[in-house]
Amino acid sequence: MGGYGDVQLLRDDGKRLDGRAVDEMRPVSIEVGVLPAAQGSAMITHGLNVAVAAVYGPMEAHPRKIQRQDRAVIDVRYNMAPFSTSDRIRPGFNRRSQEISKVTAEALESVVLVELYPRSKIRVEIEILAAEAGTRCAGITAATAALADAGIPMRDLMIGVASGKIEDTVVLDLDKAEDNYGQADLPAGILPNTGEIAFLQMDGDLSPDEFNLAMEYNFKAAKEIHDIMVDALKQNQTRGDA
Amino acid sequence: MGSLVHAIGEKRMSNGQSGAEQRLVTPGEALGSSSGLRNGSGVIEKEGQFYSTKFGYLHSLNQTISVTPTHSSYTPQSGDFIIGYVVEARSNLWFLQINGPFQGLLPMSLAPWKVEFGESRKHLDIGDAVFARVQEVDESHNVVLTMKGVGLRKIGEGAIESMPAHLIETFLGKQNANIIKLRDATNARIIATDNGRIWFDGDVDAMRNVREFISTFKQCIHKEELQSLIDKL
Repeated sequence: MGGYGDVQLLRDDGKRLDGRAVDEMRPVSIEVGVLPAAQGSAMITHGLNVAVAAVYGPMEAHPRKIQRQDRAVIDVRYNMAPFSTSDRIRPGFNRRSQEISKVTAEALESVVLVELYPRSKIRVEIEILAAEAGTRCAGITAATAALADAGIPMRDLMIGVASGKIEDTVVLDLDKAEDNYGQADLPAGILPNTGEIAFLQMDGDLSPDEFNLAMEYNFKAAKEIHDIMVDALKQNQTRGDA
Repeated sequence: MGSLVHAIGEKRMSNGQSGAEQRLVTPGEALGSSSGLRNGSGVIEKEGQFYSTKFGYLHSLNQTISVTPTHSSYTPQSGDFIIGYVVEARSNLWFLQINGPFQGLLPMSLAPWKVEFGESRKHLDIGDAVFARVQEVDESHNVVLTMKGVGLRKIGEGAIESMPAHLIETFLGKQNANIIKLRDATNARIIATDNGRIWFDGDVDAMRNVREFISTFKQCIHKEELQSLIDKL
Protein backbone atom coordinates (compact mmCIF):
# COMPACT_ATOMS: atom_id res chain seq x y z
CA MET A 1 0.00 0.00 0.00
CA GLY A 2 2.31 2.68 -1.25
CA GLY A 3 -0.46 5.25 -1.25
CA TYR A 4 0.60 7.09 -4.38
CA GLY A 5 -2.78 8.39 -5.45
CA ASP A 6 -1.68 9.60 -8.87
CA VAL A 7 -0.83 6.16 -10.30
CA GLN A 8 -3.47 4.96 -12.73
CA LEU A 9 -4.27 1.29 -12.12
CA LEU A 10 -7.56 0.97 -14.00
CA ARG A 11 -7.91 1.55 -17.72
CA ASP A 12 -10.69 3.64 -19.22
CA ASP A 13 -12.53 0.46 -20.27
CA GLY A 14 -12.72 -0.60 -16.61
CA LYS A 15 -10.10 -3.33 -16.97
CA ARG A 16 -6.84 -3.48 -15.08
CA LEU A 17 -3.40 -2.65 -16.50
CA ASP A 18 -2.69 -6.29 -17.36
CA GLY A 19 -6.08 -6.62 -19.10
CA ARG A 20 -7.83 -8.58 -16.35
CA ALA A 21 -11.37 -7.87 -15.26
CA VAL A 22 -11.81 -6.73 -11.66
CA ASP A 23 -12.91 -10.21 -10.55
CA GLU A 24 -10.35 -12.11 -12.60
CA MET A 25 -7.49 -14.07 -11.10
CA ARG A 26 -3.98 -14.40 -12.49
CA PRO A 27 -3.29 -17.81 -14.11
CA VAL A 28 -2.58 -20.52 -11.54
CA SER A 29 -0.92 -23.89 -11.98
CA ILE A 30 0.04 -26.42 -9.33
CA GLU A 31 2.40 -29.37 -9.51
CA VAL A 32 2.61 -31.93 -6.73
CA GLY A 33 5.47 -34.25 -5.75
CA VAL A 34 8.26 -32.07 -7.13
CA LEU A 35 10.87 -32.86 -4.44
CA PRO A 36 11.74 -36.55 -4.11
CA ALA A 37 13.46 -36.20 -0.72
CA ALA A 38 10.47 -34.59 0.99
CA GLN A 39 7.53 -36.47 2.49
CA GLY A 40 5.28 -34.25 0.41
CA SER A 41 5.95 -31.31 -1.87
CA ALA A 42 4.26 -28.95 -4.28
CA MET A 43 5.05 -26.04 -6.55
CA ILE A 44 2.58 -23.31 -7.40
CA THR A 45 2.82 -20.74 -10.14
CA HIS A 46 0.41 -17.91 -9.43
CA GLY A 47 0.86 -15.16 -11.99
CA LEU A 48 4.57 -14.44 -11.81
CA ASN A 49 4.87 -15.89 -8.29
CA VAL A 50 6.59 -19.24 -7.98
CA ALA A 51 6.51 -20.97 -4.59
CA VAL A 52 7.78 -24.40 -3.60
CA ALA A 53 6.71 -26.09 -0.38
CA ALA A 54 8.14 -29.21 1.24
CA VAL A 55 6.73 -31.15 4.19
CA TYR A 56 8.75 -33.35 6.53
CA GLY A 57 7.31 -35.41 9.36
CA PRO A 58 5.46 -35.91 11.59
CA MET A 59 8.65 -36.31 13.60
CA GLU A 60 9.57 -36.05 17.26
CA ALA A 61 9.49 -32.36 18.21
CA HIS A 62 12.90 -31.00 19.14
CA PRO A 63 13.88 -29.17 21.27
CA ARG A 64 11.60 -30.88 23.79
CA LYS A 65 10.35 -27.59 25.19
CA ILE A 66 8.29 -27.05 22.02
CA GLN A 67 6.51 -30.40 22.42
CA ARG A 68 2.80 -30.38 23.20
CA GLN A 69 1.54 -33.47 25.01
CA ASP A 70 -1.84 -33.37 23.28
CA ARG A 71 -1.01 -32.31 19.73
CA ALA A 72 1.58 -31.73 17.07
CA VAL A 73 3.23 -28.39 16.43
CA ILE A 74 3.64 -27.08 12.92
CA ASP A 75 6.96 -25.48 12.23
CA VAL A 76 6.74 -23.26 9.16
CA ARG A 77 9.72 -21.58 7.58
CA TYR A 78 8.79 -19.10 4.86
CA ASN A 79 11.71 -17.70 2.93
CA MET A 80 12.13 -15.57 -0.16
CA ALA A 81 15.08 -16.52 -2.34
CA PRO A 82 17.57 -13.69 -2.87
CA PHE A 83 16.84 -13.83 -6.61
CA SER A 84 13.05 -13.80 -6.23
CA THR A 85 12.70 -10.07 -6.84
CA SER A 86 14.40 -7.62 -9.17
CA ASP A 87 16.25 -6.08 -6.20
CA ARG A 88 18.33 -8.79 -4.53
CA ILE A 89 17.01 -9.73 -1.08
CA ARG A 90 19.51 -10.22 1.71
CA PRO A 91 19.42 -13.99 2.44
CA GLY A 92 18.09 -15.28 5.73
CA PHE A 93 15.25 -14.67 8.13
CA ASN A 94 13.87 -11.17 8.54
CA ARG A 95 10.91 -9.65 10.36
CA ARG A 96 8.58 -10.11 7.40
CA SER A 97 9.43 -13.76 6.86
CA GLN A 98 9.10 -14.40 10.60
CA GLU A 99 5.64 -12.86 10.62
CA ILE A 100 4.50 -14.80 7.58
CA SER A 101 5.93 -18.05 8.98
CA LYS A 102 4.03 -17.47 12.21
CA VAL A 103 0.65 -16.65 10.66
CA THR A 104 0.98 -19.51 8.18
CA ALA A 105 1.77 -21.97 10.99
CA GLU A 106 -1.23 -20.76 12.99
CA ALA A 107 -3.51 -21.06 9.96
CA LEU A 108 -2.25 -24.56 9.17
CA GLU A 109 -2.65 -25.67 12.80
CA SER A 110 -6.36 -24.94 12.55
CA VAL A 111 -6.69 -27.10 9.45
CA VAL A 112 -4.36 -30.04 10.13
CA LEU A 113 -5.67 -32.62 12.62
CA VAL A 114 -2.77 -31.91 14.96
CA GLU A 115 -4.39 -33.81 17.84
CA LEU A 116 -3.57 -37.08 16.07
CA TYR A 117 0.16 -36.55 16.53
CA PRO A 118 0.92 -35.66 20.15
CA ARG A 119 4.50 -34.57 20.92
CA SER A 120 5.29 -34.38 17.20
CA LYS A 121 6.40 -31.71 14.82
CA ILE A 122 5.43 -31.27 11.19
CA ARG A 123 8.02 -29.20 9.38
CA VAL A 124 6.81 -27.09 6.44
CA GLU A 125 9.36 -25.27 4.31
CA ILE A 126 8.10 -22.62 1.91
CA GLU A 127 10.55 -21.15 -0.55
CA ILE A 128 9.51 -18.28 -2.78
CA LEU A 129 11.49 -18.55 -6.00
CA ALA A 130 9.85 -15.63 -7.78
CA ALA A 131 7.76 -12.88 -6.20
CA GLU A 132 5.14 -10.59 -7.68
CA ALA A 133 2.70 -9.71 -4.85
CA GLY A 134 0.67 -12.37 -3.07
CA THR A 135 3.55 -14.63 -2.02
CA ARG A 136 2.05 -15.46 1.39
CA CYS A 137 -1.10 -16.71 -0.33
CA ALA A 138 0.91 -18.69 -2.88
CA GLY A 139 2.96 -20.12 0.02
CA ILE A 140 -0.15 -21.19 1.94
CA THR A 141 -1.62 -22.89 -1.13
CA ALA A 142 1.67 -24.67 -1.89
CA ALA A 143 2.01 -25.76 1.76
CA THR A 144 -1.52 -27.20 1.75
CA ALA A 145 -0.88 -29.18 -1.44
CA ALA A 146 2.41 -30.46 0.02
CA LEU A 147 0.66 -31.51 3.26
CA ALA A 148 -1.99 -33.40 1.29
CA ASP A 149 0.76 -35.04 -0.76
CA ALA A 150 2.50 -36.09 2.46
CA GLY A 151 -0.66 -37.85 3.68
CA ILE A 152 -1.13 -35.49 6.63
CA PRO A 153 -4.79 -35.51 7.77
CA MET A 154 -6.60 -32.20 7.31
CA ARG A 155 -10.17 -30.97 7.72
CA ASP A 156 -10.05 -29.36 4.28
CA LEU A 157 -7.62 -27.99 1.72
CA MET A 158 -6.77 -24.40 2.64
CA ILE A 159 -6.40 -21.99 -0.25
CA GLY A 160 -4.58 -18.68 0.01
CA VAL A 161 -6.16 -15.86 -2.00
CA ALA A 162 -6.20 -12.07 -1.82
CA SER A 163 -8.43 -9.25 -2.93
CA GLY A 164 -7.88 -5.55 -2.54
CA LYS A 165 -8.91 -2.06 -3.50
CA ILE A 166 -7.47 0.11 -6.24
CA GLU A 167 -8.88 3.46 -7.32
CA ASP A 168 -11.87 2.89 -5.00
CA THR A 169 -12.67 -0.35 -6.82
CA VAL A 170 -12.50 -3.79 -5.22
CA VAL A 171 -10.42 -6.17 -7.31
CA LEU A 172 -9.39 -9.79 -7.03
CA ASP A 173 -5.77 -10.96 -6.81
CA LEU A 174 -3.57 -7.86 -6.79
CA ASP A 175 -0.46 -7.81 -8.94
CA LYS A 176 2.71 -5.97 -8.02
CA ALA A 177 1.69 -2.47 -9.14
CA GLU A 178 -1.76 -2.83 -7.56
CA ASP A 179 -0.19 -4.08 -4.33
CA ASN A 180 2.30 -1.22 -4.23
CA TYR A 181 0.01 1.62 -5.23
CA GLY A 182 -3.43 0.29 -4.25
CA GLN A 183 -5.54 1.29 -1.26
CA ALA A 184 -6.12 -2.04 0.50
CA ASP A 185 -5.11 -5.69 0.48
CA LEU A 186 -7.13 -8.53 2.03
CA PRO A 187 -5.31 -11.88 1.99
CA ALA A 188 -7.26 -14.86 3.32
CA GLY A 189 -6.85 -18.60 3.88
CA ILE A 190 -10.13 -20.18 2.85
CA LEU A 191 -11.45 -23.71 3.31
CA PRO A 192 -13.66 -24.03 0.22
CA ASN A 193 -15.55 -27.19 1.26
CA THR A 194 -16.52 -26.00 4.72
CA GLY A 195 -16.69 -22.31 3.84
CA GLU A 196 -14.51 -21.40 6.82
CA ILE A 197 -11.74 -18.83 7.02
CA ALA A 198 -8.52 -20.01 8.67
CA PHE A 199 -6.47 -16.92 8.06
CA LEU A 200 -7.35 -13.29 7.41
CA GLN A 201 -5.27 -10.14 7.29
CA MET A 202 -6.06 -6.64 6.09
CA ASP A 203 -3.73 -3.90 5.02
CA GLY A 204 -5.42 -0.55 4.30
CA ASP A 205 -9.07 0.37 4.75
CA LEU A 206 -12.22 -1.21 3.35
CA SER A 207 -15.84 -0.26 4.06
CA PRO A 208 -18.14 -3.13 5.20
CA ASP A 209 -19.60 -3.39 1.68
CA GLU A 210 -16.17 -3.40 0.10
CA PHE A 211 -15.01 -6.02 2.60
CA ASN A 212 -17.98 -8.26 1.76
CA LEU A 213 -17.34 -7.90 -1.96
CA ALA A 214 -13.62 -8.63 -1.48
CA MET A 215 -14.46 -11.77 0.50
CA GLU A 216 -16.95 -12.81 -2.17
CA TYR A 217 -14.14 -12.55 -4.73
CA ASN A 218 -11.81 -14.46 -2.40
CA PHE A 219 -14.28 -17.33 -2.00
CA LYS A 220 -14.83 -17.49 -5.76
CA ALA A 221 -11.07 -17.61 -6.43
CA ALA A 222 -10.53 -20.16 -3.65
CA LYS A 223 -12.99 -22.53 -5.29
CA GLU A 224 -11.19 -22.17 -8.64
CA ILE A 225 -7.76 -22.81 -7.08
CA HIS A 226 -9.20 -25.70 -5.05
CA ASP A 227 -10.28 -27.42 -8.29
CA ILE A 228 -6.81 -26.87 -9.76
CA MET A 229 -5.20 -28.34 -6.62
CA VAL A 230 -7.46 -31.39 -6.60
CA ASP A 231 -6.66 -31.99 -10.28
CA ALA A 232 -2.92 -31.65 -9.59
CA LEU A 233 -3.06 -34.11 -6.67
CA LYS A 234 -5.05 -36.66 -8.65
CA GLN A 235 -2.92 -36.25 -11.75
CA ASN A 236 0.26 -36.80 -9.77
CA GLN A 237 -1.20 -39.90 -8.17
CA THR A 238 -2.41 -41.37 -11.45
CA ARG A 239 1.07 -40.79 -12.89
CA GLY A 240 2.78 -42.26 -9.85
CA ASP A 241 0.42 -45.16 -9.15
CA ALA A 242 2.46 -48.27 -8.59
CA MET B 1 -24.40 -41.19 -1.79
CA GLY B 2 -23.77 -43.55 1.10
CA SER B 3 -24.59 -46.56 -1.05
CA LEU B 4 -22.26 -45.26 -3.76
CA VAL B 5 -19.39 -45.08 -1.30
CA HIS B 6 -20.16 -48.56 -0.16
CA ALA B 7 -20.30 -49.93 -3.68
CA ILE B 8 -16.97 -48.43 -4.60
CA GLY B 9 -15.44 -49.71 -1.41
CA GLU B 10 -16.64 -53.23 -2.12
CA LYS B 11 -15.12 -53.12 -5.57
CA ARG B 12 -11.79 -52.14 -4.11
CA MET B 13 -11.95 -55.00 -1.64
CA SER B 14 -12.16 -57.34 -4.59
CA ASN B 15 -8.63 -56.22 -5.42
CA GLY B 16 -9.72 -54.09 -8.30
CA GLN B 17 -10.91 -56.96 -10.46
CA SER B 18 -13.24 -56.56 -13.43
CA GLY B 19 -12.10 -53.00 -14.05
CA ALA B 20 -13.25 -51.64 -10.70
CA GLU B 21 -12.22 -48.04 -10.33
CA GLN B 22 -10.71 -46.87 -7.07
CA ARG B 23 -12.00 -43.52 -5.91
CA LEU B 24 -9.35 -40.94 -5.06
CA VAL B 25 -10.52 -38.46 -2.47
CA THR B 26 -9.01 -35.26 -1.09
CA PRO B 27 -9.17 -33.70 2.38
CA GLY B 28 -12.53 -32.07 3.07
CA GLU B 29 -14.34 -34.03 0.35
CA ALA B 30 -17.84 -35.17 1.27
CA LEU B 31 -18.12 -38.95 1.14
CA GLY B 32 -21.82 -39.31 1.71
CA SER B 33 -24.24 -40.06 4.49
CA SER B 34 -22.92 -41.81 7.58
CA SER B 35 -26.11 -43.68 8.38
CA GLY B 36 -25.42 -47.29 9.30
CA LEU B 37 -21.70 -46.93 8.66
CA ARG B 38 -18.66 -46.30 10.85
CA ASN B 39 -15.78 -43.97 10.09
CA GLY B 40 -12.32 -45.49 10.02
CA SER B 41 -8.89 -44.01 9.49
CA GLY B 42 -8.81 -40.87 7.35
CA VAL B 43 -12.54 -40.17 7.69
CA ILE B 44 -14.40 -37.85 10.08
CA GLU B 45 -18.11 -37.57 10.70
CA LYS B 46 -19.83 -34.21 10.89
CA GLU B 47 -23.59 -33.67 11.03
CA GLY B 48 -24.45 -37.07 9.62
CA GLN B 49 -21.95 -36.83 6.78
CA PHE B 50 -18.58 -38.43 6.26
CA TYR B 51 -15.66 -36.27 5.13
CA SER B 52 -12.22 -37.38 4.06
CA THR B 53 -9.24 -36.01 5.98
CA LYS B 54 -6.54 -37.51 3.80
CA PHE B 55 -5.64 -37.63 0.16
CA GLY B 56 -5.96 -41.26 -0.80
CA TYR B 57 -8.16 -44.13 -1.88
CA LEU B 58 -11.55 -44.68 -0.36
CA HIS B 59 -12.48 -48.14 0.76
CA SER B 60 -14.92 -49.93 2.93
CA LEU B 61 -14.71 -53.05 5.08
CA ASN B 62 -17.27 -54.37 7.56
CA GLN B 63 -19.43 -51.21 7.30
CA THR B 64 -16.39 -49.05 8.03
CA ILE B 65 -15.39 -46.37 5.55
CA SER B 66 -11.75 -45.35 5.54
CA VAL B 67 -9.22 -43.59 3.35
CA THR B 68 -5.81 -45.11 2.72
CA PRO B 69 -3.39 -42.26 2.02
CA THR B 70 -1.35 -42.47 -1.17
CA HIS B 71 1.77 -41.35 0.67
CA SER B 72 2.43 -41.46 4.35
CA SER B 73 5.31 -41.91 6.70
CA TYR B 74 5.58 -45.14 8.66
CA THR B 75 3.21 -45.21 11.61
CA PRO B 76 4.14 -47.98 14.05
CA GLN B 77 1.39 -50.38 15.02
CA SER B 78 1.41 -53.13 17.56
CA GLY B 79 2.72 -56.35 16.00
CA ASP B 80 4.71 -54.71 13.18
CA PHE B 81 7.91 -56.48 12.16
CA ILE B 82 10.62 -53.85 11.71
CA ILE B 83 14.32 -53.20 11.30
CA GLY B 84 15.65 -50.63 13.74
CA TYR B 85 19.02 -48.96 14.28
CA VAL B 86 20.31 -48.40 17.78
CA VAL B 87 20.76 -44.68 18.37
CA GLU B 88 21.14 -44.61 22.14
CA ALA B 89 22.10 -47.19 24.75
CA ARG B 90 21.23 -46.58 28.41
CA SER B 91 22.00 -48.80 31.39
CA ASN B 92 18.83 -50.82 31.06
CA LEU B 93 17.34 -50.00 27.65
CA TRP B 94 18.08 -49.03 24.06
CA PHE B 95 16.50 -46.42 21.80
CA LEU B 96 16.06 -47.47 18.19
CA GLN B 97 15.44 -45.40 15.10
CA ILE B 98 12.53 -47.19 13.41
CA ASN B 99 11.81 -44.84 10.49
CA GLY B 100 8.76 -43.46 12.31
CA PRO B 101 8.00 -40.16 13.98
CA PHE B 102 9.33 -41.41 17.31
CA GLN B 103 12.17 -43.61 18.42
CA GLY B 104 11.35 -47.11 19.61
CA LEU B 105 12.28 -48.19 23.11
CA LEU B 106 13.72 -51.65 23.65
CA PRO B 107 13.88 -52.47 27.36
CA MET B 108 16.45 -54.92 28.67
CA SER B 109 13.64 -57.26 29.77
CA LEU B 110 12.44 -57.65 26.16
CA ALA B 111 15.91 -58.37 24.73
CA PRO B 112 16.75 -62.00 23.89
CA TRP B 113 19.83 -61.99 26.11
CA LYS B 114 20.39 -61.89 29.82
CA VAL B 115 21.75 -58.40 30.22
CA GLU B 116 23.36 -57.15 33.41
CA PHE B 117 22.44 -53.61 34.46
CA GLY B 118 24.92 -51.20 32.83
CA GLU B 119 26.14 -53.69 30.27
CA SER B 120 23.66 -52.97 27.51
CA ARG B 121 26.38 -51.88 25.10
CA LYS B 122 28.00 -55.30 25.23
CA HIS B 123 24.99 -56.71 23.38
CA LEU B 124 23.81 -53.82 21.23
CA ASP B 125 25.88 -50.76 20.51
CA ILE B 126 25.03 -47.55 18.73
CA GLY B 127 24.66 -48.12 14.98
CA ASP B 128 23.72 -51.81 15.29
CA ALA B 129 20.71 -52.97 13.31
CA VAL B 130 18.15 -55.43 14.65
CA PHE B 131 15.02 -57.24 13.60
CA ALA B 132 12.37 -56.40 16.19
CA ARG B 133 8.65 -56.37 16.64
CA VAL B 134 6.46 -53.53 17.93
CA GLN B 135 5.12 -54.70 21.28
CA GLU B 136 2.98 -51.70 22.12
CA VAL B 137 2.18 -48.16 20.99
CA ASP B 138 0.46 -45.96 23.56
CA GLU B 139 -1.71 -42.90 22.99
CA SER B 140 1.25 -40.51 23.26
CA HIS B 141 3.08 -42.46 20.56
CA ASN B 142 5.58 -44.18 22.83
CA VAL B 143 6.74 -47.27 20.98
CA VAL B 144 7.91 -50.30 22.93
CA LEU B 145 9.81 -52.92 20.96
CA THR B 146 10.58 -56.55 21.67
CA MET B 147 13.25 -58.87 20.39
CA LYS B 148 11.70 -61.94 21.98
CA GLY B 149 10.22 -64.04 19.20
CA VAL B 150 11.07 -66.11 16.18
CA GLY B 151 13.37 -64.39 13.71
CA LEU B 152 14.07 -61.39 15.95
CA ARG B 153 17.80 -60.89 16.24
CA LYS B 154 20.72 -58.58 15.84
CA ILE B 155 21.72 -58.18 12.18
CA GLY B 156 25.36 -59.12 11.70
CA GLU B 157 25.55 -59.68 7.95
CA GLY B 158 24.00 -58.60 4.67
CA ALA B 159 22.84 -55.13 3.69
CA ILE B 160 19.80 -52.96 4.36
CA GLU B 161 18.00 -50.76 1.84
CA SER B 162 15.09 -48.42 2.50
CA MET B 163 12.00 -47.45 0.58
CA PRO B 164 8.82 -45.54 1.48
CA ALA B 165 6.86 -47.74 3.88
CA HIS B 166 3.67 -47.57 1.79
CA LEU B 167 5.49 -49.31 -1.10
CA ILE B 168 6.35 -52.41 0.93
CA GLU B 169 3.01 -54.07 0.24
CA THR B 170 3.54 -53.69 -3.51
CA PHE B 171 7.14 -54.85 -3.15
CA LEU B 172 5.99 -58.04 -1.44
CA GLY B 173 3.21 -58.72 -3.95
CA LYS B 174 0.14 -60.84 -3.46
CA GLN B 175 0.99 -63.57 -0.95
CA ASN B 176 4.64 -62.49 -1.22
CA ALA B 177 4.73 -63.45 -4.92
CA ASN B 178 7.13 -60.69 -5.93
CA ILE B 179 9.64 -61.27 -3.18
CA ILE B 180 9.61 -65.04 -3.81
CA LYS B 181 10.32 -64.37 -7.50
CA LEU B 182 13.14 -62.02 -6.55
CA ARG B 183 14.60 -64.57 -4.15
CA ASP B 184 14.51 -67.32 -6.78
CA ALA B 185 15.96 -65.09 -9.49
CA THR B 186 18.83 -63.70 -7.46
CA ASN B 187 19.48 -66.52 -5.01
CA ALA B 188 19.61 -63.99 -2.17
CA ARG B 189 17.97 -64.10 1.23
CA ILE B 190 15.55 -61.17 1.45
CA ILE B 191 13.40 -59.92 4.32
CA ALA B 192 11.13 -56.89 3.86
CA THR B 193 9.83 -55.24 7.01
CA ASP B 194 6.78 -53.09 7.74
CA ASN B 195 8.80 -49.93 8.33
CA GLY B 196 10.10 -49.78 4.76
CA ARG B 197 13.46 -51.45 5.30
CA ILE B 198 14.64 -54.46 3.37
CA TRP B 199 17.43 -56.75 4.51
CA PHE B 200 19.18 -58.99 1.98
CA ASP B 201 22.22 -61.24 1.96
CA GLY B 202 23.96 -63.45 -0.55
CA ASP B 203 27.01 -63.53 -2.80
CA VAL B 204 28.33 -60.41 -4.50
CA ASP B 205 26.22 -60.83 -7.66
CA ALA B 206 23.06 -61.57 -5.71
CA MET B 207 23.57 -58.51 -3.54
CA ARG B 208 24.17 -56.30 -6.56
CA ASN B 209 21.09 -57.64 -8.37
CA VAL B 210 18.81 -57.13 -5.38
CA ARG B 211 20.15 -53.65 -4.82
CA GLU B 212 19.58 -52.79 -8.49
CA PHE B 213 16.06 -54.20 -8.38
CA ILE B 214 15.16 -52.17 -5.29
CA SER B 215 16.60 -49.02 -6.78
CA THR B 216 14.67 -49.53 -10.06
CA PHE B 217 11.52 -50.46 -8.12
CA LYS B 218 11.62 -47.17 -6.24
CA GLN B 219 11.86 -45.26 -9.52
CA CYS B 220 9.04 -47.16 -11.26
CA ILE B 221 6.24 -44.72 -11.70
CA HIS B 222 3.92 -46.65 -13.95
CA LYS B 223 2.08 -49.82 -13.14
CA GLU B 224 3.11 -51.33 -16.48
CA GLU B 225 6.79 -50.55 -15.85
CA LEU B 226 6.56 -52.20 -12.47
CA GLN B 227 4.87 -55.28 -13.86
CA SER B 228 7.47 -55.65 -16.61
CA LEU B 229 10.23 -55.22 -14.02
CA ILE B 230 8.77 -58.08 -11.99
CA ASP B 231 8.13 -60.19 -15.09
CA LYS B 232 11.78 -59.83 -16.10
CA LEU B 233 12.89 -61.67 -12.97
